[in-house]
Amino acid sequence: MDIWPQLLQGFQVALTFQNLMFCLIGCLLGTAVGVLPGVGPAVTVALLLPITTKVEASGALIMFAGIYYGAMYGGSTTSILLNTPGESATIVTAMEGNQMAKRGRAGPALATSAIGSFVAGTIATVGLTFLSPYVVELGLKFGPPEYFALMVLAFTTVSAVLGESTLRGLCSLFLGLAIGLVGIDNQTGQARFAFDVPQLLDGIEVVTIAVGLFAVGETIYAASKLGSVEEKLEQMTGSVWMKWEDWKRSIGPWIRGTLIGFPFGTIPAGGAEIPTFLSYAMEKKLCKHPEEFGKGAIEGVAGPEAANNASSTGTMVPLLTLGLPTSATAAILLSAFQQYGLQPGPLLFETNSALVWGLIASFYVGNVMLLVLNLPLVGLWVKLLAIPKPQLYAGILVFATMGVYGMRQSAFDVFLLYAIGLGGFLMRRYGFPAAPVIVGMILGPLAEEQMRRSLSISQGDWMIFVTHGISALLLGLTLVILIAPLVARQLKKKNAQG
Amino acid sequence: MIARTRAALAAAAFAFTLPALAVDNVKMLIPANPGGGWDTTGREFAKAMQSVGAVKNVQYDNKGGAAGAIGIAQFVNSSKGDPNAVMMGGLVMVGGLITNKSAVQLNQVTPLARLTSEWEVIVVPASGPKTLKELLDKFKANPGSVSWGGGSAGGTDHILAGLIAKAIGADPTKVNYVPFKGGGEAVSAIIGGHVTAGVSGLSEFAQHIKSGKMRALAVSSPKALDGIPSLKEQGVDVELANWRGIWGAPGITKAQRDELIAAVEKGVKSPAWKESLKKNEWEDFYQPGDAFGKFIDDENKRIADILAALGLGKK
Repeated sequence: MDIWPQLLQGFQVALTFQNLMFCLIGCLLGTAVGVLPGVGPAVTVALLLPITTKVEASGALIMFAGIYYGAMYGGSTTSILLNTPGESATIVTAMEGNQMAKRGRAGPALATSAIGSFVAGTIATVGLTFLSPYVVELGLKFGPPEYFALMVLAFTTVSAVLGESTLRGLCSLFLGLAIGLVGIDNQTGQARFAFDVPQLLDGIEVVTIAVGLFAVGETIYAASKLGSVEEKLEQMTGSVWMKWEDWKRSIGPWIRGTLIGFPFGTIPAGGAEIPTFLSYAMEKKLCKHPEEFGKGAIEGVAGPEAANNASSTGTMVPLLTLGLPTSATAAILLSAFQQYGLQPGPLLFETNSALVWGLIASFYVGNVMLLVLNLPLVGLWVKLLAIPKPQLYAGILVFATMGVYGMRQSAFDVFLLYAIGLGGFLMRRYGFPAAPVIVGMILGPLAEEQMRRSLSISQGDWMIFVTHGISALLLGLTLVILIAPLVARQLKKKNAQG
Repeated sequence: MIARTRAALAAAAFAFTLPALAVDNVKMLIPANPGGGWDTTGREFAKAMQSVGAVKNVQYDNKGGAAGAIGIAQFVNSSKGDPNAVMMGGLVMVGGLITNKSAVQLNQVTPLARLTSEWEVIVVPASGPKTLKELLDKFKANPGSVSWGGGSAGGTDHILAGLIAKAIGADPTKVNYVPFKGGGEAVSAIIGGHVTAGVSGLSEFAQHIKSGKMRALAVSSPKALDGIPSLKEQGVDVELANWRGIWGAPGITKAQRDELIAAVEKGVKSPAWKESLKKNEWEDFYQPGDAFGKFIDDENKRIADILAALGLGKK
């Protein structure tokens, strides 16, 4: 099978006026739902499913896919400007991105995230075009023990987000692990930490916690300071655009973020959040200015933003080649295919090659569109920061409340949001970092689940984690990451003495 | 408190606007998030009823969570006596209400009709056992050595594994069930050979069976489906339908109930519904009124028994 003529044929489909329009609408909608916390691409596509009876297949699917990767572009905007992550995959972006905004560098932060998303989206689409069959084979080798090892590896990234005090950072982490346990245990069907509150049976949404800790907590903190400290407007020092230095510092993270994000998209149980953690930790290790991390390092925005975008494109690999959905949005995309009587899988490439390649070609087009849409908006977005503080923070609260309510139409979630917000304020006041809570909440349940599945399959034999090659390899890598700095320090000491 | 205020408001509104025709404006509660099975069934069925003029307007309210337990609690609290309110649901809810120890039970709402069914299939990886007998022999000899991958604990897939164990005289508590969340996790674990067998709805696995990546050993329907023999035909006396149905509010009069059932029946007979069934590969499993009520009672007993045997939701 020759790929080039097929891809060309795909562009012929994607570049028709009608499909360009659908792509544009999808990208716009995606950006919008990305900006709104709580409203995610999965729900948006689900609500739009009925249009499949009116619109022909390629148009609708191109639009749905546009919503999916468009959301990753939009999610970063509010993370950076308002410290309110629009999607759970852009939580990490808020850490450095908002710090940059506070130092008058919102423009470069938004630009590096938009361009990084473009670079990642495009490279990942190339990967989707040419590497699909190989990536899928590798993904299938991953079973519960391999996933568990991967989660253990991901836990080593926690050290990057712990903050200045390890003790306080670990307290936050354990709080996150505990929150992650709330709800029905998937392995036994028993409720944990739900206190007979039915709304807690499905657990607490990561977005609720993130918006509560970051946005609401931050707002209360700012309000508590208002008046006591003389108000100083955040200055827009420097250019809105990226300087040469910013470009130089972004390119590496973009590429590395893509390489981490893409494979994660292709496996179920990865999610787009974990590659953003990994990318963040990696950039912190590699960065020549590690002291800037926590104070607005551009690498900490560029890497994770590339990672989340590459991961959403990576999701298309198993979806198109195997009919295997690896995320909630992909599952709904799968049902969109089924509405047309199409079944994604190897056969689809043969029976409906114009449709599949049209869809793939539309990813190239859509990423260009999103870049063109988002870059000029940067100038507009940063003006938001010129709004006086009381109004700005009131706006953030309205925004956060609407988003969290919209997620499940549940008043309970709004109470929860403010309770968490109050907790976030106290944590901020006493110097406990918020990010480890989120990391613990996402990684904890995944690691637990995969470990218990593995042990169930092996009938309780712990050796399963080392007898499986990939799992052993990943655990070994984790050990190296943990031990290497200690060994290096010892060697340095010896050299200094000798 | 809020629910009570809302019920009072609903009652007040009801007192002022006595409906001329009960089924002018239907309020449909879907106790799941948009995009899932109940949501699709509910919306497509409402459209089918509209297509033949059985109802005029339909308002949808999605209230997902805890396998329907949150939705039904709201329905019972706020729609009492409302002749225009209906709710979707199905087998998953029967199990969910038991395992979640819900205060509200399905016998508190008014059964209108059972609508659809999807059947379950038991598969193995392409490299796995060749026949159902081979799989079950291995299971009988050493229950723990067979890991069953499927949906959440206490759900339809888990229930089927339990029913099979019981039917062949194995101990259901020994079933080594490995629950996966949606989103393809189970599919990749089965294709990748990480579990011995897989259980799920036939439509979810159909294409992987066709492509040869999974081997189908049995279906849970009474007769063979898609060329796959049923459990019954292979000597395992188990039948399990993942059925869906529609309910009316608690406390409506018999006349109001009959009116709703008549509207539902018109919808079921509409060409639009026939097309929905075909497109989504649902089987027509229509059963109206009292017969449906009795069916639910029987299911409730059977599911409660097997869930208790599986060590879930002792009640």
